[in-house]
Amino acid sequence: MACLIFAESAIFTIFVVAYLFYVGKSLSGPTPREVLETPIFYTVCLLSSSLTVHVAGKLLERGRRGALLLLWVLTIVLGALFLYGTGQEWHRLIYEHGLTISTNLFGTTYYSLVGLHAFHVTAGLIMLSIVLFFGLAGRVGPEQSSRVDVLSLYWHFVDAVWVVVFTVVYVLGR
Amino acid sequence: MRIVETMQKADWPAIISRVVGVALLIAGVLLAAGLCTATPPDNSVPSIFDSHSTPADSIRHLSHFVLGITGLIFLVVFSLLSYVVVKFRRRVADAEREPAQVYGSTQIELAWTIIPILIVVVLFLATARVIHAIQDAPRPAEAVEVTAIGHQFWWEFQYPKLGIVTANELHVPVSDAAHPTPTFLKLLSADTDHSFWVPQLAGKTDLIPNHPNGTWIDPHETGLFLGQCAQYCGTQHAKMLLRVYVDTPEDFNAWVRGQQEPAKGGEKEAAGRHAFETTACLNCHAITGTNGTGRFGPDLTHLMSRRTIASGAAENSAQNLRLWIQNPDSIKPGSLMPAMKLSDADLDALVRYLETLQ
Amino acid sequence: MSSDVLAIQNAEAASRPWVETLHEWVTTIDHKRLGILYILYALVFLVIGGIEATIIRIQLMRPHNDFVSPQVFNRMFTMHGTTMIFFVAMPILFGFANYLVPLMIGARDMAFPRLNAFGFWLTALGGFLLYFSFVGGSGLYGAGSAPDVGWFAYAPLTSRAFSVGHSADYWTIALLVSGFGSISTAINIIATILCMRCPGMKLSRMPLLAWLNLVMAGMVILAVSPLTAAQIMLSIDRYLGGHFFDTQAGGSATLWMHFFWIFGHPEVYVLIIPAFAFASEIIPVFSRKPIFGYPVMVAATICIGFIGLSVWAHHMFTIGMNSYANSFFVFTTMAIAVPTGIKIFNWLGTMWGGKIQFKTPMIFCIGFLLQFLIAGLTGVMMSVAPFDWQLGNSYFVVAHFHYVIVGGILFCLFGAFYYWFPKITGRLLNETLGKLHFWLFAIGFHLTFDSMHIPGLLGMPRRIYTYEPGRGWEIWNLIETIGVFVQGIATLIFVANLVLSYFNGPKAGNDPWDAWTLEWSVSSPPPVYNFASIPTVASRRPLWDLKHPEDPDSHYE
Repeated sequence: MACLIFAESAIFTIFVVAYLFYVGKSLSGPTPREVLETPIFYTVCLLSSSLTVHVAGKLLERGRRGALLLLWVLTIVLGALFLYGTGQEWHRLIYEHGLTISTNLFGTTYYSLVGLHAFHVTAGLIMLSIVLFFGLAGRVGPEQSSRVDVLSLYWHFVDAVWVVVFTVVYVLGR
Repeated sequence: MRIVETMQKADWPAIISRVVGVALLIAGVLLAAGLCTATPPDNSVPSIFDSHSTPADSIRHLSHFVLGITGLIFLVVFSLLSYVVVKFRRRVADAEREPAQVYGSTQIELAWTIIPILIVVVLFLATARVIHAIQDAPRPAEAVEVTAIGHQFWWEFQYPKLGIVTANELHVPVSDAAHPTPTFLKLLSADTDHSFWVPQLAGKTDLIPNHPNGTWIDPHETGLFLGQCAQYCGTQHAKMLLRVYVDTPEDFNAWVRGQQEPAKGGEKEAAGRHAFETTACLNCHAITGTNGTGRFGPDLTHLMSRRTIASGAAENSAQNLRLWIQNPDSIKPGSLMPAMKLSDADLDALVRYLETLQ
Repeated sequence: MSSDVLAIQNAEAASRPWVETLHEWVTTIDHKRLGILYILYALVFLVIGGIEATIIRIQLMRPHNDFVSPQVFNRMFTMHGTTMIFFVAMPILFGFANYLVPLMIGARDMAFPRLNAFGFWLTALGGFLLYFSFVGGSGLYGAGSAPDVGWFAYAPLTSRAFSVGHSADYWTIALLVSGFGSISTAINIIATILCMRCPGMKLSRMPLLAWLNLVMAGMVILAVSPLTAAQIMLSIDRYLGGHFFDTQAGGSATLWMHFFWIFGHPEVYVLIIPAFAFASEIIPVFSRKPIFGYPVMVAATICIGFIGLSVWAHHMFTIGMNSYANSFFVFTTMAIAVPTGIKIFNWLGTMWGGKIQFKTPMIFCIGFLLQFLIAGLTGVMMSVAPFDWQLGNSYFVVAHFHYVIVGGILFCLFGAFYYWFPKITGRLLNETLGKLHFWLFAIGFHLTFDSMHIPGLLGMPRRIYTYEPGRGWEIWNLIETIGVFVQGIATLIFVANLVLSYFNGPKAGNDPWDAWTLEWSVSSPPPVYNFASIPTVASRRPLWDLKHPEDPDSHYE
């Protein structure tokens, strides 16, 4: 998983580099300052989900399967809320401001970077749901701790990437 | 006696074949070097070692230095390799025992680390100097300024201060060391990446859309210098040829005056001019004094002042002109010139008209 | 005892229907079988890529030749480059790594056997997709077929405007898919080496092949990802109207170049480092001495790995970077010559004082040493940016990189074949045919690639389907084409050797070369479980210790 995270980090780095390179270079169309609203609430959701998944893993080691399931569901809900927030933001950008991936350089780099991240969140949610399914079927116990940890690590990575994307897009890029 | 014994035990076929191999290698290298540097005086061979312009000269001098160092390194390591391969071969008599198992030697390894580092430092300093000399060269006031725009698959040359637009064949004045008149080129592209490479005049610089570049040449001999596009730009990258005419100052001024005049021949060849103006020709081509202001293809105002057409792909003759207009694919398949499908009469008239555009 | 097991297996194999055998191979997760699959896959594409090269060379044999049209020629050089790098070199090196790494570190398989199979089949799919482009790539008015944008597919030539049809998309997707396969395999190699070494095998006791594949895998992880990212961006440009490389919208063509070469340069180190690994195993055995300076060899490789990530723009000296940027990349590129040169000296040091046996694996490695030296020196020439302003994008570059890839990597690969074929199949390759293969191939190689430097010096750019007569290029192009046929014949001899020896070669036994690493302690071919019991090692050359109990390596390390 560590290796996969290195590889994925390299991919994200390239998208971040492209984003930063093109800041201010759009020839037309809406600029970040005009249209972006900082998604504080949804960011808090995603970052909290890291906390819940971490605690869930720790509790599983101690055999608290019930607590694991609860926290796991919470993680998925928080992650899904984040995706909902992203979707809502995109809806607003597209229909109210006319910003699409083909509008200008900002549009292209913004949707690619945030979209790539959202794709990884989605993949993570799918994997979390699979574990939830097995957990509800009673198959996840302390013996599966290390596997659950590997998935947690992926989820933490997704969150860390969001911290970087957030900083680049909503803080630096404006 | 030891020598005789060694000679008797030596594996002669292998040694001889190795020596022959080495001899052939050296002979080949010398032959190649000779062939490379010996170029005919008419500039027909665009060798990078046959430089006739200041930046190309700087590069050549640096290259001699680099070749000297790398050549020396090659000789040393190659000799070591040959020696090792001959001296430490397994001899049948001694095959049973394993040789001394040596794991390494700090001193030797240190030596062959430090020496290469020193060589790198020297090479780097020499290189950095030339990079700055060429890239950051100051532009004298008398420099000729040309804007080169790369197209698929031809070169547009504009002389903004002289009001000239031409194509494919560049004319520049020869530069005298006492009163230098180099030519500084601004490099732009209308479509994809290209690269301006005339080896005898300068190193190559790319023409990249949305990324203006610059280069300069400072030729000190007159003559025709050949080059071509050096960055793959599509189907006919191979025939995007360059011809740079370095003229005496008088010839250059005469050429400039000729290019600045409006197009000739319109009245005498009215039928041909009519064909030009009423077909799709003028969508792409410009001829001053006509309705044609298209910029997609080369400016034809002084077409006959050029020795070649289709960016060097064919000689500028009536026959080739005719062929090019009717069926460009026969000269340059994949070029963006469409087959005009004119009637024979129109075509003949058009060619006669074009031939008046001196 | 293990040969009895094999006898039973073979007897069973003889009576099983071929469908079952096929099914076993298709569904295998055994690292040895996957290794063989990778290698066979690569050999098929080697022939295809070779045919593409032959077509190129016949077209260039004389000026204004019309053997193929410019459109076909442009597809040929694109497909030749893409095939050779992604579907020959990478799979064959992954194949050898797959086969050898677990055996050499005393493990029974790779860390993630199913991921291993997944990686192979992704790579295989990628190759299939690339070649499907001949059929499926057509667009408007029949334009488009196989990709014709060059193997590095510069923007904006790859935009919808300049590349009609789907040919560029086949390039993109084939490489995207096989890129995921490469990353998977790299993860597997790293996990295997870090977690599955046998007892006593500290990292400092690992065979150099394991170390070098570890560094290679690390580079794959960091290098292939930028290509993946760039290809996603290109697809967004082509299909979702994005503007990453759309210069009309303010996008940057040079951004593609940077992203591509951030992949492209480490990629060539990914290719050469496993070749170094082969040389580092073969040269000691046939010199009868341990590798000279093991710790420095490891350190130098790690240095190459790191510095290799910082040199990429030496492919871009002509794009108009400022003099400071150019100087920086000159410096890093020259710096990487130092650890690389050190390795050559260490190999020479290994041979010094040895008792060299000129068996086929060794003579290929000696050829590698000579040719890699020359290739490295032409690389140093091009690291001098002003010299590169003349040499870049010309046939000098083409000569240089073929010298490295064919003269360096392929020669080591041939050596590896002759060295490990007995272990993989249980039979030795024929020595006489091997030597004939070597000499013929070397002659053909030098005919083609020594000559190729010269047209570059005389102004011949690359990727041109024809050229003007009278520029002094004709004779060299003709000689280069002749050399290709000589190499072709040599390759046929090699293939014949492989086939004949597989069926009729002399039995190899466990350890035909009197070598010292763990793979030679098991039968040839090894049993499916590799080791009856996992060995414990006390030095870098466990079999030397066993064969020389009076003077084991463990006393000196």
